[in-house]
Amino acid sequence: MKDLFKVVKDRVKPNQKSKKKEKADIPSGLFFKCPRCQTSIFNEEFEQSMRVCTKCSYHSRLTAKQRLEMIVDEGSFVEYDSSLKSKNPIDFPGYEEKVKDLVKLTGLNDAIITGECLIKGEKVVIGIMDSYFMMASMGSVVGEKITRAFERATEKKFSVILFTASGGARMQEGIISLMQMAKTSAAIAKHSEEGLFYCAVLTDPTTGGVTASFASLADITLAEPKILVGFAGRRVIENTIHQRLPDEFQSAEFLQEHGFVDKIVERKDLRRVLYRLVKFHKKEEQKSWNI
Amino acid sequence: MEHLTAWERLNIVHNPKRPNAYDYIEGIFENYCELKGDRLFGEDAAITGGIATFENLPVTVIATVKGKNLEQNKKYNFSMAHPEGYRKALRLSKQAEKFKRPVICFVDTTGAFCGVDAEKRGQGQAIATNLLEWARLKTPIITIITGEGGSGGALGLAVCDELAMLENAVYSVISPRGAASILWRDPKKEEEAANTMKITAEDLKGFEVADAIIKEPIGGAHNDPNMVYENISEYLLKALKTNLQKSVAMLLQDRYNKFRKIGIFDE
Ligand SMILES: [Zn+2]
Repeated sequence: MKDLFKVVKDRVKPNQKSKKKEKADIPSGLFFKCPRCQTSIFNEEFEQSMRVCTKCSYHSRLTAKQRLEMIVDEGSFVEYDSSLKSKNPIDFPGYEEKVKDLVKLTGLNDAIITGECLIKGEKVVIGIMDSYFMMASMGSVVGEKITRAFERATEKKFSVILFTASGGARMQEGIISLMQMAKTSAAIAKHSEEGLFYCAVLTDPTTGGVTASFASLADITLAEPKILVGFAGRRVIENTIHQRLPDEFQSAEFLQEHGFVDKIVERKDLRRVLYRLVKFHKKEEQKSWNI
Repeated sequence: MEHLTAWERLNIVHNPKRPNAYDYIEGIFENYCELKGDRLFGEDAAITGGIATFENLPVTVIATVKGKNLEQNKKYNFSMAHPEGYRKALRLSKQAEKFKRPVICFVDTTGAFCGVDAEKRGQGQAIATNLLEWARLKTPIITIITGEGGSGGALGLAVCDELAMLENAVYSVISPRGAASILWRDPKKEEEAANTMKITAEDLKGFEVADAIIKEPIGGAHNDPNMVYENISEYLLKALKTNLQKSVAMLLQDRYNKFRKIGIFDE
């Protein structure tokens, strides 16, 4: 797992100074410096382009809160389970302190927010992972919040939209974190059996145990351009096969070519596309046809 | 209906100006959202699929794609799908079943692709699985042959509740060229083979393989595409209403009977 995180860091190189701020990509000052093409862009311009590099269209990582603001109707979000906090199931040294620091830094209790919201007036259950919280690794809290979100959506007959981003299972919670993969998948199966719609939006980076569970189980899978999606880390594979892998390996485009992504959607189009997909799956539209 | 030979009709459907899958989708549906990939191996551009609305009803559309020039044809592999194309079609049809969306297929393909990789990934197995799964898919399936219905490659998208053919479309067990070379060991006898094999819409309606013939303008669909889109829409409206009325049990029983009754023999 160490390797995987290194690759993720190499790809994005988050600015160290920015770590103290909530808007983690923005260094103090007037500019955003694109980690991919090195272009400096005025903060204002960067915000206007929804935090996408205007030169190379690099889709920068968002905090859950930033994503929420871009996707949902203003004031419509009602959060679920915000008080859930992790424990230390395997007494992993330093885990509690690490979580405590991150809670202070991010204002989140763990790596995902879930809740109900409207998108252009359509009610959905939404979950947004936040890669600034321990690389959005999945431990008990993430697993439980996703499971409850699906359970509520099943009960209320709502579609679910999940924005995935994750380094994978949370090593510090040991086998308990692994079991979250099974737990979330089982909840998705129940939601699916009721004929309800689940859309995953893969964002940078979606890897490891999250790719091997809920990120890959949607009815329709969208991805932001050029993001990293994979199961095993690039270095791990390179070391296993003793070959250097091409740059596009495990990109959204690579995934699509190999049959795993329905549609690559630019950030500016996401809200509109999600609205359309939710509309397609509304039962009302079928009623006039007596279905 | 124009009186043309099968060979003359074949020439019409081979016209590069003839509308292709994307033209029909744009001309007949709204809000088409293309969905890609088989979730197993790859994305196959020879078959496009996705969700769209028809008279406000969400439907799943699946179609083989022919290019209009060499560049497009390279991308769409001359409408010849690999196993991943058929597996994508299966995935999208299962999705349609889950959400109770009818499936509407447009077929214009020379045939399934013949090649080493296609064999390795199970071309036959992929088509066979579609025949099995679509025989019991719990949602209406309407297939329209718009040009060439090339053998198993076409049938892979044509186990359905109703099969319609455009007036000039053909549907055959083998291409006329293939027939000529197998039957007479002379591929030059293509025209003779085409006219012998009973492959036109009228022939197939006679065999009750096709249920309906959709009218084209004189000279072929390319002469007035909008008229063809309207004719197809009119047909779809009727076919969907008929089949959406049926209970699932009745739908599947009728679909079973549709194929069960085909066979000509003495005993
Ligand atoms: Zn850039």
